[in-house]
Amino acid sequence: MANMISDETIDYVGILAKLDLSGEQKEQAKKDMGRMLDYIDKLNELDTEGVEPMSHVFPVSNVFREDVVTNGDDRANTIQNAPKEKDGMFMVPRTVE
Amino acid sequence: MAKEYETVIGLEVHVELATKTKIFCGCSTAFGGAPNTHTCPVCTGMPGSLPVLNKQVVEYAIAVGLATNCSITQYCKFDRKNYFYPDNPQNYQISQLYLPICRNGGVEIETEEGKKQVGIHEIHMEEDAGKLIHDEWEDCSLVDYNRSGVPLIEIVSEPDMRSAEEVIAYLEKLRLIIQYLGASDCKLQEGSMRADVNLSVREKGAKEFGTRTEMKNLNSFKAIARAIEGERTRQIELLEEGKPVIQETRRWDDSKEYSYAMRSKEDAQDYRYFPDPDLVPVQISDEWLAEIRERQPEFRTEKMKRYKEEYGIPEYDIEIITNSKHLADLFEATVAICRQPKKVSNWLMVETMRLLKERDMEPEDIRFSPENLAKLIALTDSRAINSTVAKEVFEVMFDKDMDPEAYVEEKGLKTVNDEGALRKTVEEIVAANPQSVEDYHNGKQKAIGFLVGQTMKAMQGKADPAAVNKLLKEMLEG
Repeated sequence: MANMISDETIDYVGILAKLDLSGEQKEQAKKDMGRMLDYIDKLNELDTEGVEPMSHVFPVSNVFREDVVTNGDDRANTIQNAPKEKDGMFMVPRTVE
Repeated sequence: MAKEYETVIGLEVHVELATKTKIFCGCSTAFGGAPNTHTCPVCTGMPGSLPVLNKQVVEYAIAVGLATNCSITQYCKFDRKNYFYPDNPQNYQISQLYLPICRNGGVEIETEEGKKQVGIHEIHMEEDAGKLIHDEWEDCSLVDYNRSGVPLIEIVSEPDMRSAEEVIAYLEKLRLIIQYLGASDCKLQEGSMRADVNLSVREKGAKEFGTRTEMKNLNSFKAIARAIEGERTRQIELLEEGKPVIQETRRWDDSKEYSYAMRSKEDAQDYRYFPDPDLVPVQISDEWLAEIRERQPEFRTEKMKRYKEEYGIPEYDIEIITNSKHLADLFEATVAICRQPKKVSNWLMVETMRLLKERDMEPEDIRFSPENLAKLIALTDSRAINSTVAKEVFEVMFDKDMDPEAYVEEKGLKTVNDEGALRKTVEEIVAANPQSVEDYHNGKQKAIGFLVGQTMKAMQGKADPAAVNKLLKEMLEG
């Protein structure tokens, strides 16, 4: 494996992804991520000089909606997904500002 | 000798666009709906839902860009900004990092120091987040996603401002341009315009910028001015004590006039932007751009020039009236009906301004219609009501936008044009006030004023003071 993931990197990625990983899981993740990067390295073997970065596979652009209200009150459906509900709102742990 | 410091300020201004629907779905953007009633799988980030871009958002963004002298990015894309917060149900915000729709613009501002150019680094389109309400009772937070997905443009300035006055002049300028375009109502109090202030200080003459902080939660021009002063002082104090300024986001508490660090250093600020694979690129053709350019409205400078030529009202009036799109529209629509620019301007400049101030309202909050103002002017022109009554009627109309003709009729406010009735009252007043009559004959011209007042009072204000004056003179001279 050419790409070695450091402990700092895996801790940092863990924080960003809000994942609480055990020591064992960290080691496994380090191996997996290293292998993924090895795979991506393959692309570096190609000469991409002068090639525009591509963000979409299909040659499609300008897919628009007109500014017309098409949705009605969908609260019941939306609220179904709330783990906890109060007064028609999602109840979440208190956010500190 | 004490060091002299210079304040360097750049702004990030978020503006909620006046579209009927959200940026990526057909949910309503109407303000004030019951919580979560304007939501769907797209704006609540349900897996598998697909965003589709609202064309009007692109058009508004281009219009604002053109009006602020930006170059338009004719091939632009959306990116995902990743972060976790309960107001952001997708766990990413759709925004534009790599190819924002507008770049390299600027506007001219004017303060007491003179005219100055403030650069605009970029304008990008993005979606708003939901609203968090803190529930003290349950010690939890409640989320309403009605605002989630409401379209925003973020206007990022260059660090070109040096004082609170310049910041406010810049914001006023943006607000006016955007209101003229009809792209937003730009109300700071209601959050349809929000400004984050990036501020640093440096010794006068220094080339390098100091470390900056970003301040949030500024919802009035006054709060912005106080926050700038407060943060400048705080940073200078740190530097004077030899301590470093830490680059961080701070939340301004206007009641305490102090800012607090919002996020701790341990919180990673790494948004891992990447192109949104669900949204295809936007290609803005020359034709589309030309169409939008063609539709641009008359902006303030042109309007001021036209008012001077077309209406011949004083420059001061023009200045005030064109300072609000709503006021300018109201003025023009009323003049179109009654063809009396000076009278319309007077009503707007004097009584309207007085009531706005008294009621702590903005010109955008005016509710009375041009038709009703024109009717009121017609009532005074025909001397159907006198100016005192007109002011009273106007005040009711200002609050309720009722038809002044019907109101005057219903309340019996019409001037008594019955010459006989008026003469009879004047005769009574003259008879009852021999002292004033004598004073008048002894050369005290002012005495007639008292008699006019007494007559008006006896007629319950419903007489034409000029007619009363004339009649009294005739009677006293005769």
